[in-house]
Amino acid sequence: MGSTVKSLKGQQHELSDSSFQLNVLQAPTQHGEQFPAFARRLQEHDLYPLKPTGTTILQVNMGKMCNQTCKHCHVDAGPDRKEIMTRDTMQLCLDALQQSPDITTVDLTGGAPEMNPDFRWFVEELSKLGRQVMVRCNLTIILANKKYHDLPEFFRKHGVHVVSSLPYFQASRTDAQRGDGVFEKSIKALQMLNEVGYGHEGSELLLDLVYNPSGAFLPSAQASLEAEFKRRLRSGYSVEFHNLFCITNLPVSRFLDYLVQSGNYDSYMEKLVNAFNPVAAAGVMCRNTISVGWDGHLYDCDFNQMLELKVEQGSSHHIRDFDAAALDKRNIVLNQHCYGCTAGAGSSCGGETVK
Amino acid sequence: MNKTYYNPADLSKFGNISELQPEMGRKFFDYYGEVFKEGALTEREKALIALAVSHAVQCPYCIDAYSTDCLEKGADENQMMEAVHVAAAIKGGAALVHGVQMMNKIKELSM
Repeated sequence: MGSTVKSLKGQQHELSDSSFQLNVLQAPTQHGEQFPAFARRLQEHDLYPLKPTGTTILQVNMGKMCNQTCKHCHVDAGPDRKEIMTRDTMQLCLDALQQSPDITTVDLTGGAPEMNPDFRWFVEELSKLGRQVMVRCNLTIILANKKYHDLPEFFRKHGVHVVSSLPYFQASRTDAQRGDGVFEKSIKALQMLNEVGYGHEGSELLLDLVYNPSGAFLPSAQASLEAEFKRRLRSGYSVEFHNLFCITNLPVSRFLDYLVQSGNYDSYMEKLVNAFNPVAAAGVMCRNTISVGWDGHLYDCDFNQMLELKVEQGSSHHIRDFDAAALDKRNIVLNQHCYGCTAGAGSSCGGETVK
Repeated sequence: MNKTYYNPADLSKFGNISELQPEMGRKFFDYYGEVFKEGALTEREKALIALAVSHAVQCPYCIDAYSTDCLEKGADENQMMEAVHVAAAIKGGAALVHGVQMMNKIKELSM
């Protein structure tokens, strides 16, 4: 399962330092070329400063603890990470949501959010508030320990929208990215979710999959890949799901490390920059999402969170001071990694942004 | 001056061929784009055909471009290698089938 692999932080790797990552992102290529500043590209299309369109999604990162150590993880999550959200901070999220009726969806992510001891309490409380709860479940957690085996039933009971990573419909590429044996366990977990009613056509129990390329290449058209995933998973494993979200890997944390180590960094960034699509730029998820860190700090997105780029000064900085109206007036914080969300058909936690 | 005939960086400059003949260049790239759109064949199937042809014509630019394209379009490694074998079989077959011509000539010249 790759559980013996240490996080970058555990290795005291220089890329575990967010300021070092930002230096890499802003440095010229090996041939001395400088990629155009992302902000300047937005300026050329009258999108700068980038403003919110109104927050409808609160994405809560419940901690960096995870049972897996995926090679592309932008969170640098793993079993050796101990930073998790406390129940007090979760309560502050609930308080903020109570005052913000326009936020209709709460997107729980991590790490493996289910490993947080207050995860189930939080989902129950969110459910009482009547918000759509989405959990980014890595699938293998369901089989990792007996205490998690009933997660499919718990999700069903609360109508949780399950969104799960499965980078490929075969073991080779899935395990290369997520660890040995992950594919087999993921299929078993998907079958368990199907058994309680998730993923079937017409079912209200939504089960969506996330596709991240297993390497230094971009995702292709979502509809075509979704059809292939459905065909292969149905014929090979009798697995059903609703939608496939294609997400571009952003050059952050462990994926950035992979790009640098494999010598693919310059060419990957060049691909992202050349694929800049102003239509995708107009639809980026940071315009309707606020990301909450495990310690309650607020960010424009989960990637900014990992780069420790907090929401602009002047907006509310912490969930305890959450002010939706003030946040809607902020300028979104940008950097070179943002090219990942504007390449081609765009990329967000909900997949393509250009329909 | 390059020390080799092929430079990987030239692949991304393919569009520059239009500089010396814009009209023909435009027509070619319009046609190229149209060919690779989803039609009776999926984009993935077309990428696999292109990968096979790339090997048959032994174009390093094309092999670079269509190996990436096949990965992006979700083709798996087995499909990609089978496509290369299709190219190899046709190339090998094309050589071998001329063996019949050789046999005809042998017959013609021999007692």
